[in-house]
Amino acid sequence: MENTVKQIVEKYNTNRNRLMDMLIDIQESEGYISRDAIATLSQLLEMSQADVEQTLSFYHFFSTKPRGKYAVYLNNSPVAYMFGREAIKEAFEKSAGVRFGEVTSDGKIGLFDTACIGMNDQEPAAIINNMVFTRLTPYRVRELVKMMKEDKPIEELRKESFGDGKNYLPSLRSMVSSNIRRKGMILSDDYHFGTVLREKLPTLSPEGVIGEIKHSAIRGRGGAGFPTGLKWEFCRRAKGDKHYVVCNADEGEPGTFKDRVILTEKPELVFEGMALAGYAIGGEEGILYIRYEYRYMKDYLEEVLHKMRKEGLLGTNISGIEGFNFDIRIQFGAGAYVCGEESALLESLEGKRGEPRDKPPFPVERGYLGYPTIINNVETFATAVRIVQNGGEWFTQFGTDDSTGTKILSISGDCMFPGVYEVNWGFNVEDMLDMVGAYDVQAVQVGGPSGTLIGPDEFHRTLGYSDLSTGGSMIIFGKQRNLLRDVVVNFMEFFIDESCGSCSTCRNMTQVMNNKLKKILAGKGVANDLKDLKEWGRVLNASRCGLGQTAANPIISSLKNFRPLYEALLQKDKDFDEGFDLEKSVQASCSYVGRVPVFNHH
Amino acid sequence: MIRNPLEAILNSNKREEKTMSKPVVATTSLAGCFGCHMSLLDIDERILTLIELVEFNKSPVDDIKTFTKAVDIGLIEGGVCNSENVEVLKSFRKHCKILVSVGECAIMGGLPALRNGIPVEECLHEAYIGGPTVQLNKDGIMPNDDELPMLLDKVYPCHEIVKIDYFLPGCPPRADLIWDALVALVTGDPMKLPYEVVKFD
Amino acid sequence: MSNLIKFKIDGKECMAEAGKFIVDAAADNGIYIPTLCNMKGVKPKGACRICSVRINGRLMTSCTTPVADGMEIESNSTDIQDLRKSIIELLFVSGNHFCPACEKSGNCELQALAYRYQMMVPRYPYEFPMKPVDASSPRIIKDQNRCIFCKRCIKTIKDETGRSYFVFRNRGHKLEVVLDEEMGKTINSATAHLAMENCPVGSILVKEKGFDTPIGKRKYDKEPIGSDIKL
Ligand SMILES: Cc1cc2nc3c(=O)[nH]c(=O)nc-3n(C[C@H](O)[C@H](O)[C@H](O)COP(=O)(O)O)c2cc1C
Ligand code: SF4
Ligand code: SF4
Ligand code: SF4
Ligand code: SF4
Ligand code: FES
Repeated sequence: MENTVKQIVEKYNTNRNRLMDMLIDIQESEGYISRDAIATLSQLLEMSQADVEQTLSFYHFFSTKPRGKYAVYLNNSPVAYMFGREAIKEAFEKSAGVRFGEVTSDGKIGLFDTACIGMNDQEPAAIINNMVFTRLTPYRVRELVKMMKEDKPIEELRKESFGDGKNYLPSLRSMVSSNIRRKGMILSDDYHFGTVLREKLPTLSPEGVIGEIKHSAIRGRGGAGFPTGLKWEFCRRAKGDKHYVVCNADEGEPGTFKDRVILTEKPELVFEGMALAGYAIGGEEGILYIRYEYRYMKDYLEEVLHKMRKEGLLGTNISGIEGFNFDIRIQFGAGAYVCGEESALLESLEGKRGEPRDKPPFPVERGYLGYPTIINNVETFATAVRIVQNGGEWFTQFGTDDSTGTKILSISGDCMFPGVYEVNWGFNVEDMLDMVGAYDVQAVQVGGPSGTLIGPDEFHRTLGYSDLSTGGSMIIFGKQRNLLRDVVVNFMEFFIDESCGSCSTCRNMTQVMNNKLKKILAGKGVANDLKDLKEWGRVLNASRCGLGQTAANPIISSLKNFRPLYEALLQKDKDFDEGFDLEKSVQASCSYVGRVPVFNHH
Repeated sequence: MIRNPLEAILNSNKREEKTMSKPVVATTSLAGCFGCHMSLLDIDERILTLIELVEFNKSPVDDIKTFTKAVDIGLIEGGVCNSENVEVLKSFRKHCKILVSVGECAIMGGLPALRNGIPVEECLHEAYIGGPTVQLNKDGIMPNDDELPMLLDKVYPCHEIVKIDYFLPGCPPRADLIWDALVALVTGDPMKLPYEVVKFD
Repeated sequence: MSNLIKFKIDGKECMAEAGKFIVDAAADNGIYIPTLCNMKGVKPKGACRICSVRINGRLMTSCTTPVADGMEIESNSTDIQDLRKSIIELLFVSGNHFCPACEKSGNCELQALAYRYQMMVPRYPYEFPMKPVDASSPRIIKDQNRCIFCKRCIKTIKDETGRSYFVFRNRGHKLEVVLDEEMGKTINSATAHLAMENCPVGSILVKEKGFDTPIGKRKYDKEPIGSDIKL
């Protein structure tokens, strides 16, 4: 073991900034990160053991205890539940003989819950040893467990056909489907990769590139919507020995999976976009930060990069442009939604806990290792290529005045055809529902848990930065769903689990509000509780990053748009009830001392 | 200085003794140590003024055991650790117009709430069987007589059981704070909260 | 003092050196903005959020945001004061703060802020979370019940090679600040005392020490925290 750790540390040049990679490699080779491994690591890296552990313990996929020869991570997003997660969970527990959160005594099978794995269009889904199994049924689960008990290699567990699109490729061999249901400029097949690097860049200065991007008025596709051209310009102007290009493929917002599809179907476009950005800001290094849930794409993406290097699209003097050097490496996360927040992502890239930084300074001034850095979403980079190819002016004909271009939506939930749809900005919700075959819709969660939950009276609204802004997650809930119990609580618990814990507000208020929500759901609510929830939610605005600032949204937006659901749960005859339950609270002590509780109300 | 408003009331009360009834005060100690009651008595000679100013009903101060009339102000010491506490607290809420949580125990469980977070079974075991000072209980008898109050899973702050109107922090609250509060409640003036008297210990 | 700029806090004209953090710039102008995680001379990490102010309609932490020329800062409005009080209350209910039994009582910054903001009772229900106390080090007791995750110990208590004695563990609601087991065994007395001193609350204690200042003589018995900041 000590030797394995040594080799791994050497592989990354004993560089502390690569701690994430080291931990991933150890976890994968040993199935966990033992005390001894931590001791060796800390010695080699000259850190305290607790310091290694503080990074390790931040990430969901790292563990100091064995996670089993087969570690099963079953998605727990609301959509997974809607498509039968309970039955799947039960089948796993029954056939494996352990409960979720545990490992079988022979160390073979470990069962774990995990937040949305980006497969909402093919739930229920689980990751087993980095391989994604989608559309699970109890029968399949029993079969899988049986094979695991027989120590079958993971590849043999695969019984389904490969997914559509490129998922069949030898380096992917994945059962995941891309489910592209509508193509636009990004998902279309009419672009020949490399055209912009080869043909356009020799005719354009870096400023010229930035000019086109600015002219296109494209705003970031990751959710926050910052003007991309400005970001690149700020970064280009920022002083620093180096400049970095980082692509954000953390895609952690429950219900989003379009980056998975773009990276599966059009990875060259994304990498080309990164190189283009490198040219524009004067950076030579690009990093793709991608969530660990997409580990199954590792070989495939490495292969694409390799091919691009061979074709001269990455490397030195690209397209014969003197001094245009650019290459890309891939950095995996390890299970932390907050690492999608750009400054947390940088911390993670540096091998640390994914705690967002205080801003200012912004990453364009001081980013990765302190150097000016741009961070953009996968889709943003892909789009940038088409903009530079055809010109910023061309781009503005798509979409609306304030939201130019197309947007790739990840649509899931109660509809006939979940999948990705590339539409022009300005699309309205009603059309979207008709497009995907969604009938009897009760609500749509726009933009994931941090977005808004809207009802039919708002379905006329349009997608765009000035109306319904979204990173692309659209989850549809039919009339049969219990929004508060099955959706809102799930989302609140997601935020509770995913908060980095740094801010007093985000660390605690999510819990406080969720407790109150659960009290209401338990039938102990009173009218005042709704007022409290609304007021308490405001405290979260003082949080450092977007996670905390939006963490009350599941409650606040459902309270706003679905108030009757809450009101129906309130006790009409009471104006005070803090949830105390006498009978329940004496149960434990009475049964311990062996007496039958008597409640004589004199 | 503090006494001015009270003496004024007192004087006016004296003048109208026949027509105006005194405000009625009740007090109780739930899961508390009586330290808060001691602090109430610690107002020195002002106690005489107090007795003239208000009438005590159910309270250990005068040993009246049950409510005999409607009460204006109920002072609660201690948190809620067993079923009897729940009952007493609820009856206080029923009989008193204003309820005040007096002291850290009433406000947040106080020291008895140090057991919160530890399963109640463990607490009972420690107290009656496993603890270092348990020697005489050789047969491991547990308190299970029906006459005994039933222990709650944790010690609750009073305001999580019934609505509480005012809170006087401290362990115990400073005598001056209790005095000021009583005066304010009786006179209807806003409560004064000088920095030195509002403390949590 | 060459680079003086002008800015406003709650309408009051102020001056400070450019680049100073707002809390410090405010203090220079006799205005107190409460802080909890911030420490003079240590790189800030806006963790407690108590120093939040409003600038251009946005809440910003004044310990991490430098003042800029012409900045208009809102600090004393009712809603910001209530926000600060809310945060104090949140910290009380999410830990286990039994002040009457706490060695830091009277000298504790969290408690002092609660006094200053006249917290009579938190508006949120007490959580009474189960939290451990680590007394394995011969010198230090680390009481998780009182930790407010300000990071001061993490940033300031280091050995000769720059390694931190204290670090975070886990995340979110399960966050802990722990003492490295090995380093905790050899921590010297001076460092242990410094750790206790730098901790704003009673989460780091030096063994066999406490309650040595009588009530009435402690730091915040007579005057509210922040009283030292005036014109
Ligand atoms: C909690 C949180 C999670 C985020 N996750 C992602 C993500 O997974 N992918 C992404 O592109 N942006 C994410 N963002 C937004 C990024 O911070 C950042 O704005 C974005 O990557 C910038 O790229 P863009 O301008 O191209 O959108 C997240 C933000 C927050 C606050
Ligand atoms: S808001 Fe939440 S996730 Fe963001 S920095 Fe603060 S604690 Fe961390
Ligand atoms: S608050 Fe203090 S003095 Fe009052 S009952 Fe509780 S322990 Fe006793
Ligand atoms: S740390 Fe401060 S607030 Fe917490 S118990 Fe001790 S004195 Fe009270
Ligand atoms: S132990 Fe003290 S100094 Fe360290 S983080 Fe906790 S409260 Fe802050
Ligand atoms: S003092 Fe500024 S965030 Fe804590």
